Amino acid sequence: MSAAARVWLGSIGRRLTVLLAVIAALLALLSWWMVTSFAREAAERTQDNVLIASATTIAEALWSEQDAIRLELPYSAFAMLDAIGEDRVFYRVATADETLTGYADLLPPSLPAAPGDVAVATLTYRGDAVRLVTVQRTVLAGQRPVTVMVSVAQTRSGVGAISAGLSRTAALLSFGFFLLAVGLGAVATRSSLRPLNSFAGAVARRGPSDLRPLRREVPDELSPLLAALNRLMDRLGQSIRRSEEFIAEAAHRIRTPLASVRAQAELALHTVEKDGEKQMLRRVIRAVDESSRSAGQLLDHATVSFRADALARDPIDLADLAGRVTASLQPTAEMKDIALNLDADGPARISGDAVLLESAFRNVLDNAIKYSPEDTAITVALDGENGHWRLSVRDQGRGFADEPLPELKERFRRGRNVAQVVGSGLGLTIAEDALEAHGGHLDLTAPKDGPGACVTLVLPAS
Amino acid sequence: MRHPRTSRLLSTLAGLIIGLAASASGAFEIEDHRLYPGTGETVIRVISTADLAVFEPFLQTFQEEQPEIGVDYTVVSSVDLHAAIQEGASFDLAISSAMDLQFQIANDGGARAYRSQATDALPAWARWRDQVFAFTAEPAVAVISRARFDGLPRPRTRQELIALLRERPEIFAEAVGTYDIRVSGLGYLFATQEARNSDIYWRLSELMGRLGTRLYCCSAQMIDDVATGDLAIAYNVLGSYAAERIARDDRLEILELEDYETVMLRTALIPATATEADGAALLLDRLLLEGLRQTEASWALPPVSAADDPGATAYGPIRLGPALLVYLDPLNRESFLGAWSDALVQ
Ligand SMILES: Nc1ncnc2c1ncn2[C@@H]1O[C@H](COP(=O)(O)OP(=O)(O)OP(=O)(O)O)[C@@H](O)[C@H]1O
Ligand SMILES: [Mg+2]
Repeated sequence: MSAAARVWLGSIGRRLTVLLAVIAALLALLSWWMVTSFAREAAERTQDNVLIASATTIAEALWSEQDAIRLELPYSAFAMLDAIGEDRVFYRVATADETLTGYADLLPPSLPAAPGDVAVATLTYRGDAVRLVTVQRTVLAGQRPVTVMVSVAQTRSGVGAISAGLSRTAALLSFGFFLLAVGLGAVATRSSLRPLNSFAGAVARRGPSDLRPLRREVPDELSPLLAALNRLMDRLGQSIRRSEEFIAEAAHRIRTPLASVRAQAELALHTVEKDGEKQMLRRVIRAVDESSRSAGQLLDHATVSFRADALARDPIDLADLAGRVTASLQPTAEMKDIALNLDADGPARISGDAVLLESAFRNVLDNAIKYSPEDTAITVALDGENGHWRLSVRDQGRGFADEPLPELKERFRRGRNVAQVVGSGLGLTIAEDALEAHGGHLDLTAPKDGPGACVTLVLPAS
Repeated sequence: MRHPRTSRLLSTLAGLIIGLAASASGAFEIEDHRLYPGTGETVIRVISTADLAVFEPFLQTFQEEQPEIGVDYTVVSSVDLHAAIQEGASFDLAISSAMDLQFQIANDGGARAYRSQATDALPAWARWRDQVFAFTAEPAVAVISRARFDGLPRPRTRQELIALLRERPEIFAEAVGTYDIRVSGLGYLFATQEARNSDIYWRLSELMGRLGTRLYCCSAQMIDDVATGDLAIAYNVLGSYAAERIARDDRLEILELEDYETVMLRTALIPATATEADGAALLLDRLLLEGLRQTEASWALPPVSAADDPGATAYGPIRLGPALLVYLDPLNRESFLGAWSDALVQ
């Protein structure tokens, strides 16, 4: 098979259409052949019947007169032979030993078995194929019964013409049926593949993390596929959930011992005298802080993934939420003498999961505080814009380093500008995942009018 | 160009030789013969039952259009024509008024199939197997002598004709003429078809027999005798001949019999033995063109189109089909001639 043919037959629809067309062609040919042979047979039988009628009419006209067989050919016996077509006609009336009249050399190859029977034969006579019918009649000549054979033969061009005409008509009809069948076949193929296509479309339209089972009416043939797909998604969801639970469990289990390690190290820092040892203990504390931060962020990330699977759709006022989170981070900001300006007038209604959105906003605001020097200001602003709410956090800190900003949203990715700041590289990932679960996204921009960074949470309004 | 008189002489000579050859073989008796030489080599040999007087204008028209083709025209009786072709005499075109005999030639395989625009233009009833082609449709008519019918009413049906013949034997005794169907193929055809159509035929024949009817071989002589007043009436004369004569002779009149009309088709065929089939085809096409003409022509033979109109003849022309073989059957012929002789010859 050529490559093009393989590509072409790669589609079930085309394959079916071609198959149906081939079947239709075969059936059309078959029906044409059948009609043609029936027509031929019908025409031949008609001719036979006319010939039999003609021969019988002649036989009936036989009579005897003083020991002699007499015959006057009935006009109708020959006139009826005109019905089939313009065919040559031959006849012979004979007793066992002499030809009474007609074509003496027209000899029937076989005779009727019994009086009243008819012998029919096809033979070549005077250069043409003829159909020959012979009947017998016994006539009483004087006291002596004499058997007389009456043979009537006719060429077959009329039969040929009739059946050729019918065959032509049948060919036209068959071709018409073929075209109709191909057209209907294409329609049928398309309509029977429609459920498959719409099924595939439904699967394709699914979001990347949407592992809910597909609930739809499918034809019987597709329900095993649907069931298998749903089982697969179920197992996939379960295994994702298990690993998230495992991560959350692991993070939780790490944090508790880390906290006690940090407390011990803190205590030791106060007891040791030597600068070297103090330095060492500070490094320990910092490493513990990083690990603890990582564990906390991992836990948060797992929470986001988990809750995003079955997202709650609670009514939420974004202004209210921004206020709560800002207030909760106020102490951290104050430690660095950073002013948090909140410019968010409610209500800004959205529907979603408050835990996730708080987590997202907290991470963004946390970044702003973390990457800003002391004595600066951070502005939180909320505004609406064609069906979306934009909650932006603008700081006056170091701003983003010169690197592709979207990559900062990848897991464990930290910027080149972090210096000594503790972090895990998961903050923006958590924010982005939480927003995407709500149909929103995170915008990172470097403002043109001054230092700092601007990070915006974009959410569809409800 | 040869001198016309020399060519006439030459053709007569040729006719004589052919006639001698033919009579030597005993196949047929030539009634008339003429050669119309062409400028080229080709000579089409036509065997025909139509008198030269009738056919000459057509042949001249043909030669004006196809000057290179010569035509050798032989006139024989329809029975002789049939016998000649059946026995394998070589002719390129056979034209006969006896359509039954022509049909038999084709049925027995003695004719060639030919198709052209002209043959396709013929109505289906005017051709058979593309072998036999009708180019005229000619009714059988009764011709009367005006002198002998002076003061007599003109019968409009055969019934009235019978009544008239019966009432006035003094006028009609020995003064009725018809074909001797024992020798005339055309007469036989007319008689059998008429007998098949109506029993009046036999009553008329019996009456004619009692009146001492005179029997003729050919239409021309019958008409001659009506013209001179020897005959008061000639029954079943070829209408075309009669019309042609009446146009020139006011002693004659056609008796319009309205009850029925027997219409014969004059047919042509290309015999299987033809050696100049292409030339014959040209002549045949020209003949059919004449047969299909819609306008009055100088030629006396009426076109087939005259019979195409169903209103023209209630019964239509005699059918060109296997039924024509019925009366050609020797047994049928014998019994028909027997009945005819009983009625007419007495
Ligand atoms: N407000 C900001 N100003 C300057 N750089 C920022 C700001 N916010 C984020 N970044 C850059 O983006 C990177 C990714 O931030 P992200 O919050 O994901 O990680 P992190 O803050 O380093 O760690 P953590 O997971 O502890 O928050 C940061 O490492 C930092 O380089
Ligand atoms: Mg961060």
